[in-house]
Amino acid sequence: MAKKPTQKEEIGTTGHSWDGIEELNTPLPRWWLWTFYACIAVAFVYSLAYPAWPGIHKASAGFMGWSTRGDVAAEIAAHEAQLGPINEKLASAELTEIAGDPELQGYAVSAGAAVFKTWCAQCHGSGAAGAKGYPNLLDDDWLWGGDIEAIHQTISFGVRSEDSEDTRFSQMPAFGRDELLEPVQIDQVVNYVMSLSGDPMDASMVADGAVVFEENCAACHAEDGTGDIYQGAPNLTDAIWLYGGDFDTIKETVTNARYGVMPNWNARLSEAQIRAVASYVHQLGGGE
Amino acid sequence: MSQTEPEASSSLYAAREPIFPRRVKGKFRSLKWVLMAFMLGIYYLTPWIRWDRGPQLPDQAVLVDLANRRFFFFWIEIWPHEFYFIAGLLVMAGLGLFLFTSALGRVWCGYACPQTVWTDLFILVERWIEGDRNARLRLHRQKKWDFRKARLRMTKWVSWFLIALATGGAWVFYFTDAPTLLVDLVTLNAHPVAYSTMLILTATTFLFGGFAREQICIYACPWPRIQAAMMDEDTITIGYRSWRGEPRGKHRKAEGAENLGDCIDCMACVNVCPMGIDIRDGQQLECITCGLCIDACDEMMDKIGKPRGLIDYMALTDEASERSGNPVKNVWKHILRPRTIMYTTLWSLVGVGLVVALFIRSDIDLTVAPVRNPTYVTLSDGSIRNTYDVRLRNKHGEDRPFNISLTGHPALRVQVEGTPYSSVNVPADSTYLQRVYVIAPKGSEPAESERVEFRLWVEDTASGDRAYKDTVFNGRAN
Repeated sequence: MAKKPTQKEEIGTTGHSWDGIEELNTPLPRWWLWTFYACIAVAFVYSLAYPAWPGIHKASAGFMGWSTRGDVAAEIAAHEAQLGPINEKLASAELTEIAGDPELQGYAVSAGAAVFKTWCAQCHGSGAAGAKGYPNLLDDDWLWGGDIEAIHQTISFGVRSEDSEDTRFSQMPAFGRDELLEPVQIDQVVNYVMSLSGDPMDASMVADGAVVFEENCAACHAEDGTGDIYQGAPNLTDAIWLYGGDFDTIKETVTNARYGVMPNWNARLSEAQIRAVASYVHQLGGGE
Repeated sequence: MSQTEPEASSSLYAAREPIFPRRVKGKFRSLKWVLMAFMLGIYYLTPWIRWDRGPQLPDQAVLVDLANRRFFFFWIEIWPHEFYFIAGLLVMAGLGLFLFTSALGRVWCGYACPQTVWTDLFILVERWIEGDRNARLRLHRQKKWDFRKARLRMTKWVSWFLIALATGGAWVFYFTDAPTLLVDLVTLNAHPVAYSTMLILTATTFLFGGFAREQICIYACPWPRIQAAMMDEDTITIGYRSWRGEPRGKHRKAEGAENLGDCIDCMACVNVCPMGIDIRDGQQLECITCGLCIDACDEMMDKIGKPRGLIDYMALTDEASERSGNPVKNVWKHILRPRTIMYTTLWSLVGVGLVVALFIRSDIDLTVAPVRNPTYVTLSDGSIRNTYDVRLRNKHGEDRPFNISLTGHPALRVQVEGTPYSSVNVPADSTYLQRVYVIAPKGSEPAESERVEFRLWVEDTASGDRAYKDTVFNGRAN
C-alpha cells in the first residue's frame, strides 16, 4: 500500500520553525473566508446606518436616524406619558385631601422623595435634617408654617427669592451693624433671649434685656418670644436654633441679622412635582 | 495486520438500539405498579385537594403562589423570609438520597424517578396497544406502513400525547387555583406562561417517555455518575450469581449437561430489561436496579424447579462470601451499618429541627430598621426623637390590630406615626410598613446619652400573640 503523503508534504509549512515546531500553511476554510467577507460588507452598511463616520463638526447621522439622546428622550416621554394621569390628578387635587387618598399619597411621597433628593437635598440634607442656616424639616418647628398649604406655598415661591413676587419675605434689622442698639444692649437682649428657652445665661442682664426686647424685637417675635410664622420670625423660646443657640451665635445674629434664601421652585418644577415634594416633607415627622 | 485508519475505528455516535421490554410478573413488578399508581396519584390529584384557610386566603391544600410569594402546604404557610424551611427540606432530600443510595443503590432510579415512572407508563400503554415484545418487534421490523401499523402507531402516539398533556397540565395546577385555571385553560383565557409551561412539559414528557427513555438515564442524567461515589461494597444492587449459574446452557438433555450451571440461557432477564442490558455481564452503568430481571428469572427458576435468586438484590461482598460456601446473607445486615445509621440520624436531626422551628414560629412578626439619616431629631420642647421603620407581619387570614409598645427604659415613649393611639391595623396576610417614633424627654438619660438599648414589642390584641425586636435609641451624645 502506497504511503499517503503527510499533511506537511501536501500543504507545506509557513517556513517558520520554533525549536523544531513548524506551522502548517493550511488555507482558511472557504466558509470561514466568505463569512469574513460578509462581515466586512455588513460592517460597512452598519456604519452607514448608524452614527459612525467622523466629520469636522460632528459624525455622520446614519440613515436610521438613531441617536442615544433620542433614546433617552423617548424613554422620558414614555415615562411621563405613563405618569401623566396621576400627575394631573395630583396637581388638581385639594392639597389637604391628598393625604387621605392612599393611592395619591403613596405616589406623592414616592415621587416627592425623588424630587427632594434631586433639588432639595443639597441644602436640607438627604435625610432632610438640614444644617446650620438650613432648616431641619423633620422637627416640629416651622419658620413659615408647617401645614401642607404653608409648605406648598414656601416651596412654590421660595424665601427671599429675587425672582418671585409672592416669595416669603421678612427682614430683621442688623441691630449692631447699623448701630440701632448699643453693644451692651445687644449683650442684654441676647441674655434675655437665652433665658426664654431656659439656656444658661448671665441673670444680671436679663431684666434690662427684657426692656430692649420689648422695644425692638417683640413686634415680630411676639412679646413672649414665640415668634410669628406670618413674618417668618422664629420662635425664640424653643430648643431649636437655626444658626445655633450659644451666646456668640445669637449675638452675631442680632448684630448682623440673617437672611436665609430659598429659590421659588415654581420656576423649575411642575405643580405636580411641588405638591409631591410638599407631601413628602409634610409626612417626614413634623407636618402639622 | 494492517494499521486501521483512526477515523474508521472510533465513531463517537452510536445509533439507539430499540428496546422492547417483555411483560413480566413478580413481586418487584407488582411493587412497581403499586408505587407508580401511588406516585402518579399524588402528582395528579394533589392540586385538587381543598383546604379551608378563611375567606382571604386560597383554599388549595398545596399551592406555590409565586405572584404573592407564598407557599401553602395544608396547615403550613411559608413566607419568603422563611425560605430556610425549603433549604432544610432540600438538605433532607439530599441526605435522604445519600441514605437510600448508600443502602439500596439506585433504588430512586429503579422505582421513583419520574423518568422511570413515566417510561414504565408509556411502555404499559405501548403494550396494551401494540402487544407484547414479539408483536412489537414484528411491527418494528415491518417496513411497509399498512393500515394496521399506521392505526396502531397513531393510537399509541395519541395516547402518549394525552398522558403527556395531562402531565404538563397537572404541573401548572400547583401554581394557581386549580379549578379556576382548568376553566381558563379550556376557555383559552389562561396566562401565556401556563400554556407555554404546559407545552414544554408535554413535549418533554412525550419525547422522554416515548422515545428517549433509557437514553436519558444513560446519557443525560448526572445521577448515575454521582451515585458511583456514594455506593460501597455493602450497597444493595442487582447481581447475577455466576458461581451458581455458569456455565450456562440451553440443552439440558445434551451430553455433558450435568456440568451446566442453573442458567438455562433463556434470555428472559434480557428481554424484560427496560435498559436493554444483560445483567449477567455484571455491574453496568445502565442498570437502574428496577428488579424486573429478578422477577423474570425467578419465574423461570420456578418452572425448571431450581431455587429462586439466581439474579437477586445483593451486595458486592456477597460474591466472595457465597463463593466460599457461606449461606446467603440477609439484606438487612447490609443495610444496617454505621454509614446508613449516620445518614438516618442526620436526616432525622434536620427533620426534627424543622418541625420544632415550624411549631415555635409566631403568626405575627416584626422587623425594625432604625432611621440613621439623621440619627436623632431635636423637637421644639427639647426632647430627642428617633425614627424607626417597622415592618409588621400578619400571617392571619384576617386584618388584625397590632399594639406597639416598648420596654427597656422608663423615660422612652413610643409614638405611632399617623395616629394618636399605639395600635395599627395590619391587613390580612401581609407585611405593613409603619413608621414609629421613640421620644426621650429633654434632659432624660436616653436623651443625653450616646445610645440606649430597648425592646420594641408588638402584640396582636385579638389573639394575645406577642413578638419583639431589640434595637437602639440614639441620644444627643451620639
